[in-house]
Amino acid sequence: MNFDTIIIGGGLTGLTAAIASAERGERTAIISAGQSALHFSSGTFELLGAVDGKPVTNPVEAMDRLPDTHPYRRIGRERMLSLLPLVQPLLSRAGIATTGNHYINRYRLTPLGKIKPAWLTLDDFATFDSPDRLPWRSVAIVNIADFQDFYPTFLARGLRDHGVECTISSTSIKELDNLRRSATEMRAANIARVLDYSAVCNLAGRIKSVGRGADAILMPAVLGLADDLMVSLLRRLVNKPLYFISTMPTSVPGVRAQMMLNRYFTNLGGTLMAGDTVTGARLDNGRVEAVFTNNHGPEPLTASRFIMATGSFFSHGLVATPSSVIEPVFGLDVDYPADRADWFSKNIGQAQPFMEFGVRTDDSWHPSIGGNTITNLQCVGSVTGGCNPIKQGCGAGVALLTALDVTTPRL
Amino acid sequence: MTTDTPLSNISPNNFEQCVKCTVCTVYCPVTAVNPLYPGPKQAGPDGERYRLKRGDFYNEALKYCLNCKRCEVSCPSGVRIGDIIQQARMKYSHGSAGLRDRMLAHTDLMGGIATRLSPTVNGILRLTPVKMAMDLTLGIDRHRTFPSYTPRKFTTWFRRHAAAHQERYTRRVTYFHGCYVNYNFPRLGKDFVKLFNACGIGVDLMPGEKCCGVARIANRLIKQATDAARTNLREIRTAVSRGNDVVATSSTCILTMRDEYPHLLGLDNADVRDNIMTATRYLYRLIESGQVRLVFKENGFPYHLAYHTPCHMAKLGWGVYSIELLKMIPGAMVTVLDNNCCGIAGTYGFKKENYKYSQAIGKTLFDSIARENPDFVVTDCETCKWQIEMSTPYRVVNPISILADAIDFEATRQANMQ
Repeated sequence: MNFDTIIIGGGLTGLTAAIASAERGERTAIISAGQSALHFSSGTFELLGAVDGKPVTNPVEAMDRLPDTHPYRRIGRERMLSLLPLVQPLLSRAGIATTGNHYINRYRLTPLGKIKPAWLTLDDFATFDSPDRLPWRSVAIVNIADFQDFYPTFLARGLRDHGVECTISSTSIKELDNLRRSATEMRAANIARVLDYSAVCNLAGRIKSVGRGADAILMPAVLGLADDLMVSLLRRLVNKPLYFISTMPTSVPGVRAQMMLNRYFTNLGGTLMAGDTVTGARLDNGRVEAVFTNNHGPEPLTASRFIMATGSFFSHGLVATPSSVIEPVFGLDVDYPADRADWFSKNIGQAQPFMEFGVRTDDSWHPSIGGNTITNLQCVGSVTGGCNPIKQGCGAGVALLTALDVTTPRL
Repeated sequence: MTTDTPLSNISPNNFEQCVKCTVCTVYCPVTAVNPLYPGPKQAGPDGERYRLKRGDFYNEALKYCLNCKRCEVSCPSGVRIGDIIQQARMKYSHGSAGLRDRMLAHTDLMGGIATRLSPTVNGILRLTPVKMAMDLTLGIDRHRTFPSYTPRKFTTWFRRHAAAHQERYTRRVTYFHGCYVNYNFPRLGKDFVKLFNACGIGVDLMPGEKCCGVARIANRLIKQATDAARTNLREIRTAVSRGNDVVATSSTCILTMRDEYPHLLGLDNADVRDNIMTATRYLYRLIESGQVRLVFKENGFPYHLAYHTPCHMAKLGWGVYSIELLKMIPGAMVTVLDNNCCGIAGTYGFKKENYKYSQAIGKTLFDSIARENPDFVVTDCETCKWQIEMSTPYRVVNPISILADAIDFEATRQANMQ
C-alpha cells in the first residue's frame, strides 16, 4: 500500500504532522500503536511554562534561556515566530476551540486550585490574564455525587488562598444511577458517555439551583467525549460562567481532542491505522523504502517520506534496557549518557535526566543509524528528547511545533 | 534490535506490560451501559493478578465482555486484554452452556436443519407468539428477529451453477463462505463469485468447511470450537499447499481463524496465517500491484456509502482495504463512520439478558448513521448488518456486493483475460 507520507505514531505530534500533510493534498497514513498521551491532557496545550523553575509569561523571550538542545532552540526564533500562529487555526479547523494568544501565556486553574501558565486552553476551561487576580468573588464547585476522581476540597483551599469564596456541593441525576452501581467504573469517560441531551438538561437544572449567587460554576470535566455538543448545551442552559476542571485520567477533554483530530484527519481522506505496530523496515541507500506492521504482515507500506512521532518511554518510542536506551522501530542512534548512574536523579522531585533522552537528529530532524543519516525520515515530538516536558511545561508545544516544522514549507 | 538482555517479558498476553493507565476503559462499549461489568482493566489484567493466585476470584460478570477487542486496539502497552478475559472465561467459568447457548452457538448445525425447512422456519420465527415463547423458555429476546434461512444453500448453488467453470482460471482463491452466506444469505457468496470471476480469479471452496467457531468460543463450547478449528486448519493447509489464499467476506471469521485459533484455542497456525485474509484485502493488493483491474459501469454509482468498521475489522486493522476499494468507484461518495460498536457481538445481543445493553451500546453508531443519512451503510460483518438493519431504517451491504454491482462485468472480464 503506497502513500506520500507515512507517520508512525498517532498522538498529538503525529496527528498534527498528518493533518498538515493531508491538508496539502498528500496521501497520508498514520500507524498508531494504542492511544496517546492526549488521554492525560489537562485541557491546556502548554508551550513553555517554566524555565529554570521560574514561571514564564512570554514564552518567545524565555526560549532564549533554554539550553541549545531544546527543540525550540533548534527550530530557531524566527521559524518559531512563523509557526506559532499556525497552531490555533489548525486546532480550530479540527473543531477544537481554544482560548489564548499565539505568543503570550495566559494562566489556568489546576485541580488543586493553583494558578499555572497556560498557552492555548480549551474554551470550556477557565483562563486568566494574570496569576494574581482572579475574576471571581465567589464560585460554586459542583461535583457529581460519588465521582471520586475530582477533589473539590483541595480546589477550594487553593481558590480561597486567592481570595475567592467557595461553596462545595455534589449533585446527582437519575440518568447516572445505573453507572453509580459500579464503584470502579464511575469514571469521567463513562459519565460523559451517559450524559446525553435529556441528562444534560436535568443536570443543568441542578447546577443552576446550587450555583445561585456565585459568579461562576466549576465542575469536573465529565462532559463531551466525542464532540463538544453536550458541553455547549450545558453551558448555554446554565446561563452563567461555567468552567471545567480536569479530573484524574483518563481526561475527557483530552479524549475529545484526540477524537476530533482523528475525525478531521479521516475526513481529509487520511488513513488511520489504529492499534497497529511497525515491526520492521526495508532501508536502501540511506532511505526508508517501506515499513512492515503487525496487522499488514508481508504487505509493505511504502511512502516517499516517513515521519516518526512515536513519543518517549511511555509509548515505547524509546525503550530502556539495563545498559542501553534504544529506539525500537529502526534502531536509530539515541543520545544518552553511557553510565547508567547518570540517567536519573535519586530525588524523585528533581528533573530526571532520562526524560531528556532522545533520538539523535540533524538540523532538519533526520535521524541516523550507526552515524549514517536517513534522508527521508524525520523524528519529531518527544522521541527527539532535548527537553523536560514536566519541568518546562512544554510537552504539547514540542509536539505541535516540531510537527509543523517538518510539514510547513519555508517561505 | 540488538541488546544484551531480553526486552519483552514472557507473561502470556503481555499481561505484565499493563501500567494501569485506564485508557482501555474509555473504549469498552459495555462499561458505560452495564454497571454489572467490571470493565476491561478490572476484568482483564487487574483481575488476572488475583486469578493467578486463586481461581475463585473469577467473576461471572466477565460474561458481559463482547470480545470486541476494542480494549486491545486502544492499549498503549500492547496488552491482549480481550484474550486475558476470554481465557479466564474458558478456564474458570462454572457450569456448562445451556440449551439456548448451544443452539445459538451451533450456527452451522442449526443452519443445516433450518435451510431444509426454510419457508416454515422463517415464517414461524417471525410469529409474535413464537418470539414470546422463545423469550420465555429459551431466553432469546423477543425483540430479535432471526435472519431468514435460505431455501437453497450457497454450496448447493455453487455446485450446480459455478463449480464447473472455475477450472478455466489459472489464478485461484479459496472462499471461506461461513455460515451466514451458506444458510442465510447466498446472494453475498454469488456476488463474490461474480466479482472474482470478472477479475480473472477462479473460486474454490473447502469441501470440509466448518463454522469458524466464533459463536462456540463465545458460548464456551471449547471442545466443539477446537474440533471445528482443527478441521478448518486442515482444509486451509490443503488449499494453501495448492497455492491458494483463503479469503472470506466476514471479518469475524477471518479474525477467529487468524488470531483466536492460536490465542484462545492454542492451535498453531503460523504456517498459514498470512494466507488467511478478508476478500477486500486480497482484491486490493492485486489491484494495487496492477495484476487486476476493475472497470466500472459508465453511468457510475451515484450513491452515498457510509462505511462502518466492525470491531473485529478494527482489530485486524484492515478496514482500510474495504474503504480504499469503495473509494475507487466513480461517483460514489464514501464517508467513514466514527469507529463505534454496533452492540450485537454475534450471539450476545440475541440473549434476553443482553438485549437492552446491546441496543444502548449501538445507539452512538445508530445516531451517527442517521446524521450521515447515507444511501447504504457498508460493512464487512454480517452480525453488524443484522443489528443495524434491526435498529435503523438503513440497508447494510457488504463491500463485495457493492463492487459486484458497480463494475461493468463484461468490461472487467475482458480487462482481466490473460
